[in-house]
Amino acid sequence: MTTLVAPSNLVFTRPEGLTEFPTHYCPGCTHGIAHRLIAEVLEEMDVLDRAIGVAPVGCAVFAYNYFDCDFVEAAHGRAPAMATGIKRVLPDRVVFAYQGDGDLASIGMAEIVHAAARGENITVIFINNANYGMTGGQMAPTTLPGMKTTSSPNGRDVETQGYPIRMAEMLATLDGAGYVVRRSLHDPKNIRLAKKAIRLAFETQVRSLGFSMVELLSTCPTNWGLSPVEALRFVEEKMVPYFPLGDYRVSQAVAQIRV
Amino acid sequence: MARELWKGNEAIAEAAIRAGLQAYFGYPITPQTEVLEWMSRRMPELGRVFVQAESEVAAINMVYGAACTGARVMSTSSSPGISLMMEGISYIAGTEVPIVLINVMRGGPGLGNIAPSQGDYHQAVRGGGHGDYPRIVLAPSSVQEAIDLTVLSFDLAEKYRTIVMLIADGSIGQMMEPAEMPPMQPVYHRQWDWAVTGKMGRERRVLSSIYLDPYQEEQTNLRLMQRWKQIQANEVRYREYYLDDAEFVVIGFGTAGRVALSAVRAARQEGLKVGLLRPISVSPFPYAIVENLAQRVSGFLVVEMNTGQMLEDVQLANKGRVPLLFYGRPGGVVPFPDEILQEIHRLVKTPPSPDEDPRLAWLERMAQTSGGA
Repeated sequence: MTTLVAPSNLVFTRPEGLTEFPTHYCPGCTHGIAHRLIAEVLEEMDVLDRAIGVAPVGCAVFAYNYFDCDFVEAAHGRAPAMATGIKRVLPDRVVFAYQGDGDLASIGMAEIVHAAARGENITVIFINNANYGMTGGQMAPTTLPGMKTTSSPNGRDVETQGYPIRMAEMLATLDGAGYVVRRSLHDPKNIRLAKKAIRLAFETQVRSLGFSMVELLSTCPTNWGLSPVEALRFVEEKMVPYFPLGDYRVSQAVAQIRV
Repeated sequence: MARELWKGNEAIAEAAIRAGLQAYFGYPITPQTEVLEWMSRRMPELGRVFVQAESEVAAINMVYGAACTGARVMSTSSSPGISLMMEGISYIAGTEVPIVLINVMRGGPGLGNIAPSQGDYHQAVRGGGHGDYPRIVLAPSSVQEAIDLTVLSFDLAEKYRTIVMLIADGSIGQMMEPAEMPPMQPVYHRQWDWAVTGKMGRERRVLSSIYLDPYQEEQTNLRLMQRWKQIQANEVRYREYYLDDAEFVVIGFGTAGRVALSAVRAARQEGLKVGLLRPISVSPFPYAIVENLAQRVSGFLVVEMNTGQMLEDVQLANKGRVPLLFYGRPGGVVPFPDEILQEIHRLVKTPPSPDEDPRLAWLERMAQTSGGA
């Protein structure tokens, strides 16, 4: 890294867990925040050396460029199955999947549900931005009723296109899940809460306390047709009411973790 | 080690375990399910990994993940389940990680039935998954051969960083025969220089089938084909029977080849100079041996439990040199030796003209006999 600031004046820097690869995410997109939080947690827990990430298909398909740890790239929706294969043969590694809403809640529904049901000791970071970002903003299972996308041009009509799926609530019904929560990335307070949740999810894994997932409400300014600030407001005002933030499953053992 | 009575599916499972299998991921489907059941009992008692996946789609992606760590890993299924795995198979091929897959083939297309078939030959040897990738395909004709080829598959997969698929049919999976098991090996997990295991002090590694730059993807395709060239040069396998003085040669793989051997022996008793070529590696196909035979024999009879899929590979090697007759029983029907002997008689007495389409001629004969057994 080029030194622009004297080390004595340095107050903020790139976490060790992130590479210097230039970002491909759009301005205002919260994927970068989510990446940073994961990298900080892996660094703080000192597990980067034994972390293995599983990238999805979607905007985060290139996640493997950004994290300074070993990575594999899964087929669309199959990240939890691939993570299962890795974790079962290398149980002392820290294995995480990073998935979007099309990947996790649509094409990969079977894989995520059964990974949770089996209580796989993996951590899943689930980015819910209410659309398929990579392909240009089509309707996702998480698209809000009435929300316009390129495949619901008149707004999602629940009569013909069904209702959004609340994944955290759904997975929380499964006994194999140790920690399932929803957080948001729309303001600094919520970002701090999101980081705490990510930490707890990884702590759940390293203690072999079962499946852990943190759902993160995220922005997609480009496909929503909003400015970055408007997009953050959309999350707060429209998404949070439909996808309430909260702890949906915290097993007794996980509740006792102090970090 | 002594010969014992083994059921095909259980023998395949135990052979894989003895080859140092670390993890098995599968899903129930007839006529393959006994592999899964055997694994569910044996793998945990050996402290190894067994997972019954939620689908074949998940099973193959679990295999994919485990293979990326360099573990010896496999899955097994039967025709419809293998179709579901095709997405994962393509990704695995593109990522160049070694895996072993076994297809205990049944009648199709669609739900078909659960009777023995060879209808997935094209899917196995030509691809099935999207994109341009070669793969090794081996076809056993007995329980013993299924054991031996299962063990060999792991070595070949790792040597060439490729997919090795065994195509057995339902009868190989379901029948019991005396067979000898290889000695037991502990879990085999080498520290490959490509494996993703957590960086632990080395440079980080990424395993992926994505090459967004078309020129890089082109290089990947070329690399796979270069490797295939080596496989073609080194890994062709077949068995020949009575070929030394043969004037006519029957060609069949797996169970069809085995039934054909009975017919060939019967023909020999009648004094007919007939031999059998049984390809074991159907990919790479033994083109050279067929081509050599085409220069010295008077005719070929291809026998398959499908509508003439390997037939096309024989035609590629024969290049129209000698008369070629085809006999197939698709859909889950296993031919009797008598039927094949009758076809041998047809080939010897009334060899078809070299420009006759062997598949169309067979189809016309089948229409006349309305296909009954």
